[in-house]
Amino acid sequence: MNRETQSAATASTLSDARHLVGTVVRPRWREHQRIGLGYLGIALFALGIGAFLSLLMRVHRVLPALSLPFLGVSRPEDYLAWVTMHGTLMVFFVLTVAPLSGFANLVLPEQLGSRTMALPLVNKVALWLTALALLVLLAAFFVPGGIPIGGWSAYPPLSVLPDAGPGQATGMDLWLLSLAIFCIASTLGAVNLVVTVIRCRCAGMTYERMPLTVWSWLVTSLLTVLAFSVLLAALVMLFCDRHLGTAFFVPSLTWVSGAVQQRVGGGSPLLWLHLFWFFGHPEVYIAILPGMGLVTMLLGTFARRRIIGYRLMIGTTWLIGVLGLLVWGHHMFVAGLNPFAGTAFEVSTMAIALPSTAKVLNWLVILWRSRPKMQTPMLWALGFVSIFVTGGLTGPILAQPALDSYLHNTFFVVGHFHLIMAMAALFGIFAGVAYWFPLMTGRMLSERLGRWHFWWTVFFAYNTFFPMLLTGLSGEPRHYAQLDGLAGVAGALVRSTLPLERHITASAILLATGQLLWVANVIRSWRRGQPATPNSWLSTTMEWAPQDTDLICHRAPCEYGLPSQPADHRAVFADTDESGAPFLPQWATEPTAE
Amino acid sequence: MQFHWHMPANAALHGAALDGQMRLNLAIFAALCVLAQALLVAGILLRRGPQPLGHKRWRLEYVPIAAFTALFFALAWHSERLWAAMRYGGADPAAMQVEAIGMQFAWYFRYPGKDAAFGSTNLRLVAPGEGNPAGIDPADERGRDDFVRSALVLPAGREVDLRLRALDVIHGFSIPALRIKQNALPGQVFHIHFTPSIPGEYSILCTQVCGLGHYRMQAVVRVLPAAEFDTWVREQRP
Repeated sequence: MNRETQSAATASTLSDARHLVGTVVRPRWREHQRIGLGYLGIALFALGIGAFLSLLMRVHRVLPALSLPFLGVSRPEDYLAWVTMHGTLMVFFVLTVAPLSGFANLVLPEQLGSRTMALPLVNKVALWLTALALLVLLAAFFVPGGIPIGGWSAYPPLSVLPDAGPGQATGMDLWLLSLAIFCIASTLGAVNLVVTVIRCRCAGMTYERMPLTVWSWLVTSLLTVLAFSVLLAALVMLFCDRHLGTAFFVPSLTWVSGAVQQRVGGGSPLLWLHLFWFFGHPEVYIAILPGMGLVTMLLGTFARRRIIGYRLMIGTTWLIGVLGLLVWGHHMFVAGLNPFAGTAFEVSTMAIALPSTAKVLNWLVILWRSRPKMQTPMLWALGFVSIFVTGGLTGPILAQPALDSYLHNTFFVVGHFHLIMAMAALFGIFAGVAYWFPLMTGRMLSERLGRWHFWWTVFFAYNTFFPMLLTGLSGEPRHYAQLDGLAGVAGALVRSTLPLERHITASAILLATGQLLWVANVIRSWRRGQPATPNSWLSTTMEWAPQDTDLICHRAPCEYGLPSQPADHRAVFADTDESGAPFLPQWATEPTAE
Repeated sequence: MQFHWHMPANAALHGAALDGQMRLNLAIFAALCVLAQALLVAGILLRRGPQPLGHKRWRLEYVPIAAFTALFFALAWHSERLWAAMRYGGADPAAMQVEAIGMQFAWYFRYPGKDAAFGSTNLRLVAPGEGNPAGIDPADERGRDDFVRSALVLPAGREVDLRLRALDVIHGFSIPALRIKQNALPGQVFHIHFTPSIPGEYSILCTQVCGLGHYRMQAVVRVLPAAEFDTWVREQRP
């Protein structure tokens, strides 16, 4: 580097440093950020309803005869309807919408040093279609028969035959239509994200310098395109089975409620299971990968540490994505697969545990003797790691068909996926909101309320979902509307879980109640929270750069406290970090040669 | 009734090995969970140290990953042998034949009678109210001595070849104490085989959501000592 560029570089570093201690950020909501906020709004709305339904379920399980205001005494079919609606809302409209569509729209272009998405119109259409899909789904509350009762995986023939149960007629059609719209919306949204990552990186933003959030959104978007297109095809086939007399998923003869139903040709429900889980398993990685990416970045940022093994982190994200497409059969060990297929899916599922393990090891290495800044985004990231470890370690147990032949569809599975998909992914969402709140609103969330909210949530999350592993081990099956009042030895087995079930219900109510702290915090801080400084958390990624000039990316993210830092450069940044550790944002120019 | 956080006592021949594998897994993963949480907390609380260096990555990441690969491989290998023993082969030809039929919201069990052969069935003939929940076709000689019961009765110590069918939707056939679980699908017949080893009464549960009565779709399996079972069978009439 010659003398001129060197001094220019120093000047720009100094101006960046001034920027770092400058005044309040004036948030300028760009089009895609408004879309991101729209997605987060949809997710929050769906989360509220989904959580409320889960509380109804929890209360009904322990007090089936309780008469609730406005609802009266609930029937078993009401319980199953809540199960279906809870699962559908949470999996699709919360865990797919918020971490991917919501957060990526909020900051992905800025993290790439860009100001726009590649396909803004497609992006906007995707948002409105997602909102439409949610309305269509919620309409099922108000039709005769109500919501379908077969759960979010809608196994046929229950989902094909309107006579098989209440909610399986109009409600099921609305469910199908809603998810079909959602598939189209997600695919459009994902295509936009993929093109944006490929085409809209600023100068210097090489693939290796992309933040891990961007990497995870990229892989997740590719998974979305692959998985949701298969689901859409399956939904169309299911629609044909319901209304056009085809037999993709039903045998030629079925006997339902005393009547024989005949069709030309004969299919198998197993085909639906294959198609559904070919979508369904990548779907859980769609929900968790963005959280993994964000958490890795947050650990680096708040521990002021380089993310060692950055390439390994990118590689494991890809591996999880690719292997995620090859593990769907572990949902079907006892569904009637060839036993050899059970072995194959055991191997692929055990294999996918390795990149996840590598990520956890990486997080532990980053954190080791780091004394990180314990601000709320970091608390959520640490909570994510803790809960992901606990829930994730039950995964290799379920990956073994011999053990799954005992554990399948017990509460062990419910505990497993609620710890990872529900809680860890939700912790990722809370981390994202806390982290980007100042960027979007110019104000800080209250740290005090945030800490209360975090500790309350992590305590009751463990109390709600960990005991499910135990009741599952004792043999308690899923989807039981009632545990009391059943006859015989089976009744005794199910009833024996009631004491722990009551603990779970009480914890779930407290877990949900504690979320009001977060709602209060967001509303209060948005209106009159403490004004944020630019780059509130001393981050290195480009969404925190001053957005008024064209940006150039100079280095990989999370360059904190390099030992080789020149002393004068250290001085420039000394007042930006309490411990005096220097750090180098991606956008600033280093005064010495790179 | 007291809650046991562990599995109900095993009563099947293959169950002991399965339980051993389960205990091993739970112990290993519980220990790893405690270790990881301890490292997480210690990493946060200990005095700040230097940046973890790139050249230590072999020791910090690749060696543990290699260890985990070996661990997962060993667990998968061991459990694979169990799975193969349970499912790869069919039942012994001399095994006792019995059929489980799932319908909303009951289980029925069909025995082949003296000729040890099931008669053919037809869904159009299914009539639980008239004593023919299995849809046994009276035109088929082999079916004349078939008898259907609403509780499953099995002999201890003899292998059972269980045929699984469903008439309407998917049901999950599960006997936790015998460590078996298999879905029953309409239009398809699956076989599982196992050997009940300890006489007693155990619960049969439906483990695949099948409609509004899913939670009460249960039955009982009575495992009888061999001699008692023989007496029971002799007394049964179609």
